[in-house]
Amino acid sequence: MAQVAARRDVRDADPATPGIALEGVRKTFGSVVAVDRVDLEIADGELFAMLGPSGSGKTTVLRMIAGFEQPTEGRIRLAGIDSTDLPPHRRDVNTVFQDYALFPHLSVQQNVEYGLTVRGIGRAERIRRAGEALDMVRLAGVGARRPDELSGGQRQRVALARALVVRPRVLLLDEPLGALDLKLREQMQVELKAIQREVGITFVFVTHDQDEALTLCDRLAVFNAGRIEQVGAAADVYERPQTRFVAGFVGTSNVLDGAAAAALVGRPGVFGIRPEKLEVLPAGTAAGGGLRSTEGTVAEVVYAGSTTRLIVDTDAGAALSVVQLNADTGPAALRRGDRAVVAWHPESVRTLESASPTPPPEGSA
Amino acid sequence: MSVPSTARPGARLRLAALLGPPMVWLVVAYLGSMAVLLVSAFWSTNTFTGAVVPVYTSGNLLALVTDPLYRDVTLRTLLVALGVTVLDAAVAVPMALYMSRVASPRARVALVVAVTTPLWASYLVKAYAWRVLLSPTGPIAWLTGGHSSGYGIGAVVVTLAYLWLPYMVLPVFAGFDRVPDSLLEASADLGAPMRTTLRRIVAPLVLPAVAAGSIFTFSLSLGDYIAVTIVGGKTQMLGNVIYGQLITANDQPLAAALSLVPLAAIVIYLLAMRRTGALENV
Repeated sequence: MAQVAARRDVRDADPATPGIALEGVRKTFGSVVAVDRVDLEIADGELFAMLGPSGSGKTTVLRMIAGFEQPTEGRIRLAGIDSTDLPPHRRDVNTVFQDYALFPHLSVQQNVEYGLTVRGIGRAERIRRAGEALDMVRLAGVGARRPDELSGGQRQRVALARALVVRPRVLLLDEPLGALDLKLREQMQVELKAIQREVGITFVFVTHDQDEALTLCDRLAVFNAGRIEQVGAAADVYERPQTRFVAGFVGTSNVLDGAAAAALVGRPGVFGIRPEKLEVLPAGTAAGGGLRSTEGTVAEVVYAGSTTRLIVDTDAGAALSVVQLNADTGPAALRRGDRAVVAWHPESVRTLESASPTPPPEGSA
Repeated sequence: MSVPSTARPGARLRLAALLGPPMVWLVVAYLGSMAVLLVSAFWSTNTFTGAVVPVYTSGNLLALVTDPLYRDVTLRTLLVALGVTVLDAAVAVPMALYMSRVASPRARVALVVAVTTPLWASYLVKAYAWRVLLSPTGPIAWLTGGHSSGYGIGAVVVTLAYLWLPYMVLPVFAGFDRVPDSLLEASADLGAPMRTTLRRIVAPLVLPAVAAGSIFTFSLSLGDYIAVTIVGGKTQMLGNVIYGQLITANDQPLAAALSLVPLAAIVIYLLAMRRTGALENV
């Protein structure tokens, strides 16, 4: 696939222009606001995730980039060109659909060739390029089969090959791993990353799975109720969540507010701290230097193989979730009902915006 | 569905009790009457009394092949059935496409009702309605300034196409409805304009449904003998020739032999349509 990489260098003339730019994009379906004034820039060659619960507007944004939906307000620029009113077949963007949308009456080979066929590309080149694309997704040799003779994982690879064979500037993936079982999902995550590096184009994928978003992407946008709550590098969003929603949706967080926040953090406000940043010790143990600590009672101990999760009801009133790595082989030192000390580094505590930026006026689930 | 060979005797008995009566009906009453038809095509009639006598003759079948009248009628009937099918497909495909892809849910329901409601009206009333419409002094003649084609083979095709239209629209509508939106989006996404998507994706996926509908329109037209007597003028079709042999000429064996022609035509048609996947669509 060296040719593909070379071709990209020629086309990307101006690196300053974002590959995808959404400007004040809003989409309503009847009285329901699906997407509310979203601004977003995605650079060329990025592996970008749109993360959010179902109904948060992430898929609608993806469909607007593809051209299947028209924004009610706002503009969409692709490579600097206003593409808001372009139909899907005139956009340099391809989609891997959630249900893969393979054409059931065509063979795998014909499916992959489809985008080339409708562009009037000659037979020899079609066969060559479809073969290359099938090689890339490690599906050489299944070209003669029908989609219904393939497994779910193979179908997804065909969908990927079919979208990549036309060499788009941007590849959109709608819940790409949603229908696969866990083992296959982990394997495909690695492969998707490798394929993205190989072809060097922008990948934008939609997911409701925060693990998937964190492992797969360079940057991500967290969607909630039609708006973007936070955009940033994966580690950045995880380590420094800005809102209560992001703290709770991307990974898990102990969110502290009211009297418990004042007692534990020492000042009023809304705060978040990750369970793995907390340390739990038997009662009476002194916490290390520079750490804040509080006492409480162990309410629950959940053993999960590599980690153990403890819920500690602190005397200050908040229940804290603590995750400990099971590095030692001995039995857990603490049991339900034991008194314990919970300690943390003050810098691990994140100040959160109390609420999401203004919630949308109408109920957009 | 396969029944496990290890099924307990009680289960087998229950299965036999369940399937027995319909199988008896299918074999004895349904296929049995067909067999009688086939056998009686080789019987003779008493030339004096007209009574059917079970004496072997190949004369009835020979008459079918040698008599130019029967050959012409067979050919005309096949052409009418084909014409009705083509006309119904030409009307049903755009209509079903509109119903499944364009119309609002409310308009869709209204159209489904509009297509199926005439099925509740009597066949005779509908055929007579067309007789009135097509009459030399009827509304069509009046609207076109006397250019109505009047009664004849064209009128038969139009009337039968009207009568059997629902049997084409409904399967084709279901066929369009079964094509997932994501396939159309995928095709557009890969660079195909709407016309290309219709030709390369929608048409092949809906073709089996059209073939399924055509089985109804073709076989119903092939056997019809009433519409032709109402709007056909002097036109003769297999159905009314059979009727004439049975009722007027009282030659049941010849009528039976004549009946084998549409039967054979339908068997051949079904075999042809099976290749399109239509039989999984009925």
